Amino acid sequence: MLAQQIVNAISLGSVYALFALGFTLVFGILGVINLSHGGIFMLGAYAALLLTTWFDLSLWIALPAAMVFSGLVGLLIDVLILKRLRQRGAPHLMPMIATIGAAILMTSLAQGVFGSEARRFPLEWFNDETLKLGTITIPLLQAGITTLALVLMVLMMWVLKRTRLGQALRAIAESPRSAALLGIPVERLFHLTSFIAAALGGTAGILIGLSFNAISPFMGQPMLHKGIAAIILGGLGDVRGAVLGGLFLGITEVFAVTFLSSEYRDALSFGLLFLMLLWRPQGLFGASATRSA
Amino acid sequence: MDWSSWWATYSTLVLSIGVYGLMALSISLTLSCGLLSLANAAFMGIGAYVSAVSTLQYGLSFPSALLLGILAPSSVALLIGVPVLRLSGVYLAMATLGFGEVVRVVALNLDITGGPLGLNGIPLLTEWWHVLLSVVVVLLLLQALRHSRIGRAFEAIREDETAARLMGIATHRIKLLAFVLGAAIAGLAGGLNAHYTFTLSPGNFGFENAVDILTMAILGGIQGLLGPLLGGAIITLLPELLRGLQEFRMAANGVILIAVVLFLPHGIWDPRRLARWLKKRSKHADA
Repeated sequence: MLAQQIVNAISLGSVYALFALGFTLVFGILGVINLSHGGIFMLGAYAALLLTTWFDLSLWIALPAAMVFSGLVGLLIDVLILKRLRQRGAPHLMPMIATIGAAILMTSLAQGVFGSEARRFPLEWFNDETLKLGTITIPLLQAGITTLALVLMVLMMWVLKRTRLGQALRAIAESPRSAALLGIPVERLFHLTSFIAAALGGTAGILIGLSFNAISPFMGQPMLHKGIAAIILGGLGDVRGAVLGGLFLGITEVFAVTFLSSEYRDALSFGLLFLMLLWRPQGLFGASATRSA
Repeated sequence: MDWSSWWATYSTLVLSIGVYGLMALSISLTLSCGLLSLANAAFMGIGAYVSAVSTLQYGLSFPSALLLGILAPSSVALLIGVPVLRLSGVYLAMATLGFGEVVRVVALNLDITGGPLGLNGIPLLTEWWHVLLSVVVVLLLLQALRHSRIGRAFEAIREDETAARLMGIATHRIKLLAFVLGAAIAGLAGGLNAHYTFTLSPGNFGFENAVDILTMAILGGIQGLLGPLLGGAIITLLPELLRGLQEFRMAANGVILIAVVLFLPHGIWDPRRLARWLKKRSKHADA
């Protein structure tokens, strides 16, 4: 029973972490609170749903295609909106408000096109194939979801830590201007970051859609709140922090439901968030509380 | 349509224009000090709940309920302001968004706030002149503040905090003052709001509200005091005006937001642009 809950907690936490990772990438590198990340999360789930139901593709093709689609949505937002604001040197809140506009637009379009009611993936996938590890049984789907989320996260962290691309991205996070002086193609990497972050967000959407088997136009907003909580808990703009924050959030939620009651789920995680704000507003790993001139 | 039936239909809308004007002013106050705080919706919620509980459950008079509705969020702002205002820029925005979620979840789980059902049957005590009077008083107060030492300190901090501190401005205390004052105005707006909407629920003061309020201020423009009022009126009326678009109404809302950010960076009410425009006109007239 406990082992089973631990598996559930890690599964949920890893998807939260994946979402938070994309969110924090844009925050750390572009310096933008991208409030359309929840919208992209939702569109990713719909994309996978459409590809599998209307076009009858297998999940193995639909999943990468929907990931790329979500990435392209993020890229589009960057090229059409964020780029212009960067060029103008607009103050911090401007891109954030523009992404709110984008989020409203996406939610409303999804609602108009697909209707407000929740949709499901075809039922035949959800057969009872399970993995047995000693006394724990893990549905194959859940195992797949968790594995994919963890693999993508580790891959992303490896890229950031160990490759030249990652080095360049970290240089931009430190200072876009100095990075440009060093010959780093800053603008191209901003586009790439937006693409990757959105692809990760969309993937999280697909995985949540699969694991709860419910997709609705409004699924992005609560997820965005969790993303915000995760990156505050972990540390603002810190990739490792976002991942740990996401995992931590998933684990608290599952255990709050198991040992207390479902009402306390959000209360516990956001209570922790509040304490964190009072004690260490920069989060566990965030160093840059104030960045003076 | 005669006056009384018009008022019966639209009074909530009219009062909301005033209340959200107050909210937009409250956020523009913190913005004018360079603080990207998004906690105002949460402070409004605290004010609304405290004053509604005061009249509904403790039978306090409306003025004292409003007063409590101002004091409660101000004290919370004082408490969280000290640690949270150490953050700056987008970090502060993020942390205050998080705080807003905390308040929503607290309201969702307490008994005294009615939990997820919220409060019902709040007495309808807000008259149109209460709202008008509040807007006028807040406007006068903010106008006086802008021209005082403190107002100039706000501006100095917004332009360059380090330089302001070197000039001997107690930046931490001034920022805290802006934060607390913003919370007080938001609390007043919340108290007024609670007493004409009849019901309150935790969702009223969440994330969407926080960003709506920010949008009002930015849309209207925060260079002057009229901008936020204008922005508040527009965002409050927009859903009514776009009613013909039906389910794509919100899509239009989103597009308008993006367009304003891209094409009207200083908002609609921009005294400097207006001055430039008037100058150009008078030149034309001279020639």
